[in-house]
Amino acid sequence: MAVDAQIKCRNIWKIFGADPEAFMQRYNGKPTADDLAQEGYIGAVRDVSFDVHKGEILIIMGLSGSGKSTIIRCITRLNDPTAGAVEYEGRNLLKATPQELIEIRRHKMGMVFQSFGLLPHRTVLSNVAFPLEVQNLDQLEREKRAMEMIELVGLGGRENYFPRELSGGQQQRVGIARSLAVEPDIWFLDEPFSALDPLIRAEMQDEFIRLQQMLKKTIVFITHDFEEATKLADRIGIMKDGQMVQLCTPEEMVLNPADEYVAEFARNAPRDRIVSAAAIMKKSTAKTPPRVSGASVLANTKIGEIAEQVINSEVPTPVTDAAGMLLGHVDRERITKALFGKGDIV
Amino acid sequence: MNSAVTDLGKTPSSSIPGAHSFWVQIVAMICLTVVLSLVLPFMKTWPQEWIVPIKGWVTQFFTWLDKEAAIGSLKFKTVTRSISWLLEQPLDWAEYILYRGIKARDLPAMFWIFLPVIGLSVLHTKFGMRRCLMVVATIWAISLADNVLFQFGLFELPHTAMEALGVKKLDALPWIVIVAGAGILGHWIGGWKLALFSAGCIGYLAVMGLWRDSMRTFSIVLVSVPFAVGLGLGLGIWVTRSKRAAAIISPMFDIMQATPHMAYLVPVVVLFGAGQVPAMIATVIFAMPPMARCTILGIQTVSSDVEESGRMSGCTPRQLLWKVTLPSSQRILMLGVNQVVMQTLAMVVIASMVGAQGLGHKLLFSLQQLRLGAAVEQGLAIVLMAVVLDRLTQAYANRAPGELASRETGWKAKKHFWIFLAVAVAAYLLAQFVPLVEKYPRAYTFTLGRNIDFALRAFSKHAYDYINPVRDFITIYMLIPFRDFFLWLPWTTVIGVVGLTAYWLGGIRTTLLTTGLIGFVILITGNWEQGVLTLYLVTSAVILCVLIGVPIGIWASRSDRAARAIMATCDTLQTFPSFIYLIPVIMLLKVGDLSNVIAILAYATVPAVRYTYLGIKRIPDVTIEASIANGTTPFQRLWKVELPIALPEIMLGINQTIMMALAMTAITALIGSSDLGQEIYRALPTADSGRGIMAGLGIAVIGIVADRLIQAWAAERKKQLGIN
Ligand SMILES: Nc1ncnc2c1ncn2[C@@H]1O[C@H](COP(=O)(O)OP(=O)(O)OP(=O)(O)O)[C@@H](O)[C@H]1O
Ligand SMILES: [Mg+2]
Repeated sequence: MAVDAQIKCRNIWKIFGADPEAFMQRYNGKPTADDLAQEGYIGAVRDVSFDVHKGEILIIMGLSGSGKSTIIRCITRLNDPTAGAVEYEGRNLLKATPQELIEIRRHKMGMVFQSFGLLPHRTVLSNVAFPLEVQNLDQLEREKRAMEMIELVGLGGRENYFPRELSGGQQQRVGIARSLAVEPDIWFLDEPFSALDPLIRAEMQDEFIRLQQMLKKTIVFITHDFEEATKLADRIGIMKDGQMVQLCTPEEMVLNPADEYVAEFARNAPRDRIVSAAAIMKKSTAKTPPRVSGASVLANTKIGEIAEQVINSEVPTPVTDAAGMLLGHVDRERITKALFGKGDIV
Repeated sequence: MNSAVTDLGKTPSSSIPGAHSFWVQIVAMICLTVVLSLVLPFMKTWPQEWIVPIKGWVTQFFTWLDKEAAIGSLKFKTVTRSISWLLEQPLDWAEYILYRGIKARDLPAMFWIFLPVIGLSVLHTKFGMRRCLMVVATIWAISLADNVLFQFGLFELPHTAMEALGVKKLDALPWIVIVAGAGILGHWIGGWKLALFSAGCIGYLAVMGLWRDSMRTFSIVLVSVPFAVGLGLGLGIWVTRSKRAAAIISPMFDIMQATPHMAYLVPVVVLFGAGQVPAMIATVIFAMPPMARCTILGIQTVSSDVEESGRMSGCTPRQLLWKVTLPSSQRILMLGVNQVVMQTLAMVVIASMVGAQGLGHKLLFSLQQLRLGAAVEQGLAIVLMAVVLDRLTQAYANRAPGELASRETGWKAKKHFWIFLAVAVAAYLLAQFVPLVEKYPRAYTFTLGRNIDFALRAFSKHAYDYINPVRDFITIYMLIPFRDFFLWLPWTTVIGVVGLTAYWLGGIRTTLLTTGLIGFVILITGNWEQGVLTLYLVTSAVILCVLIGVPIGIWASRSDRAARAIMATCDTLQTFPSFIYLIPVIMLLKVGDLSNVIAILAYATVPAVRYTYLGIKRIPDVTIEASIANGTTPFQRLWKVELPIALPEIMLGINQTIMMALAMTAITALIGSSDLGQEIYRALPTADSGRGIMAGLGIAVIGIVADRLIQAWAAERKKQLGIN
């Protein structure tokens, strides 16, 4: 499958400490974790490479301090990476001049922050219009655009409130509206919902899905919460100690975790919504798959949806491809283990 | 936090690591230096012929600056003259408006300069600041031409217009307008209570018959504050932008803040002469550092999310600063403004020593003539003004961001401004017919001066019989011996002990810094004796401050009711300019060492109280509960848990107490002393800049050394306790 990479990150390093550049040079650009520890440097991001595809939701996960924020701050150049390259639509962002960078931020990128980052002295309207204001758009137009965004996130009628007069969820809606006001191509969200309590968080996730269905942006989204990740992600990247341990679809992650660390994350995943029938079926041994007639399930259906059918059936349920050819069988034992087991899926 | 409790059991009461050997070394050092100085006299007193004539050099330098220095053909004197002239302009306008009124022939400049400023303040929201500034610049260019023509008697518009109307003089704003203005401002910022308070206090200035002097003082404040704020803001921003600037400016601020007010006056007098403008210059220089500090703090404490969201919105660096960083640190910036206002007022009073007119001048005069009743009232006027300005600026700072930006539209959005304008115009017109509106009638002034004098006389007749013996007893049997002890100390002992302590607390660098400063600034300049006397006064006062302040702080931490009253008192006391504290002291004790100590005590106790209270209040509840669970009695809890944990905080309070005490020693010079403060005071009339500056720096050095040692100790201690 050919996909457009909107952003390409190549061998990004971000090291904090007294003199990161000199340090990198001393180790020929490849310091190990021990080297870092020995000299008291922090390797927030270490040799990370990945692409962000056009139109996808890429979720980055990892424990606190694993470098999630740092990596997107390197992409947005809020931090300058110590080494590596970030390409945005074929252009090396790390070589962009301050002016170019300002232009890119004004038109191409939007970002939502964990603690909202609203300007306390401005009303909702003026906060949302802020990115347009700094572009010197005239007042009428920017307020019109800002009002559209405010309506979009469902805050119509609150435009003259100050941030302190809003609840956390509402404040984050303002943050979202602001980041969308410039109609960015790519949208970064750094734990946008983790400062909110669970009920509001669920509500905001639904809101987010609704927005994305309308807007279809390219999204890089950081979260702590695997449940949230599986609900939203096209692909998930797991970070550990500054490295990207695995980057793949949620299903692959559940099926083939790269290591114990990833497996730990995947353990609590809602398998019923991630794993598909094909992953747990007993493969048919037939050389040429026969056509199936009667009750069967499609290979890419999530197991949550077929569970009832499989469990109610006395015989193993056939699994077919889109053309109706037999691929394998799922029986009660397999599906029960996949749904309720804690260890391996099959 | 439990660990903090258990830790305390283990750590020795003194927190210096290896405390035991520290004390041994100190004692050894003292013995060694004392014995040596018995044998070698130069180790006891710095020999006269070793004194380096630094004071003379400084004086020469300033004389040279004033008389000869020049860059090319531009003489330094021309520069200072120009600065004076520039500063004089706004001061003149403020005075015209507040109390002097404008003569027709002064009007042209006024007219041209004022019109655009008023226009600017009203119109900039509509058309943007930049366009308005351009208009102002154009008008000023025209005005300059107009003024030049006027000099030759050729043409000038406003004057001619006034002549045509037959008006010779435009009056100052009627007193009622200013009182109403204070009220309206108070209402805008803090509602009716603040409105009544402000209007009442300002009105009372008129009732006491001190209106003109108050307005004189207020003019200087009004003009100095924007300069100091602008300068501080600029420097603060610069420091956050450039590492090099930070490296140069930050230590300069440290020295500036530790140097007493009066020391600023000496070089200013040399370079700028005496009068309102030099007073203003000294005031601006003195009041600026707090603003710069607050700016730095404000910029550094803006939450990184807010700042980054600004960057992600595509702000240019300038937009980021003016639209994101500074507005979001508005609160801290306003606290900076508040401090500037308070410092300005304090300095303006002191600047009366270099000829600034106004309340300070009157007060100085009354004090010198021992007309205490008048002094009390003039002091009261200063305090009223200080309190009003303090309340207003603080209330403004404490508003939530955007709270004052009204959501209403149309004229209602600016109703306070329009109401004020309406009142001003109405009163101005009315004043032409009703004199009461224009000037508070002399017949209605109500002063207590005489009554106070009378009461004092009656009081002194009886009370001095009791006070005098006490005063004499304390002076003769406690202060004098203490002073003699300080004077007896060999300089080697003092420097040795300071250096050794510095070494234990902060390492060799601290040692070099502290001993170096003492050596170069105090010892070899020949100021040792005065320095030691300053030290003696400050030490005596600070010991008393601690003995009084810490228990009050503890008391406040025990009862919320007491805390409220005590903190409110502290707040009010802190708004009093230092001068004020001399009044009651002279009233009760006349002059002498004890008066000095008590005046310092009165001025400098507040931080000791406040920090003790805060230090104890900040101890986590868990720690206290754990110690209750351990079965401590309340006294044990205080002694073994709360005080040790709060000690770093208390020490920081004492640190501030020391700073304030040092500043006050310069003021108490007015009522007689022979320390460094007196040196500054003596240097003033003769404009002997070297003498004044070195004495001022000497006081600063004592402050800086104390500060370094205490900070180092507190940092170490906090680290041990795991407090941040
Ligand atoms: N400005 C900085 N200076 C020094 N170290 C930093 C800085 N910013 C981040 N770090 C370090 O880099 C590492 C990665 O930080 P980062 O903020 O990217 O983690 P994170 O995965 O986003 O964590 P969290 O889930 O808590 O947000 C951490 O160890 C952090 O302490
Ligand atoms: Mg983070």
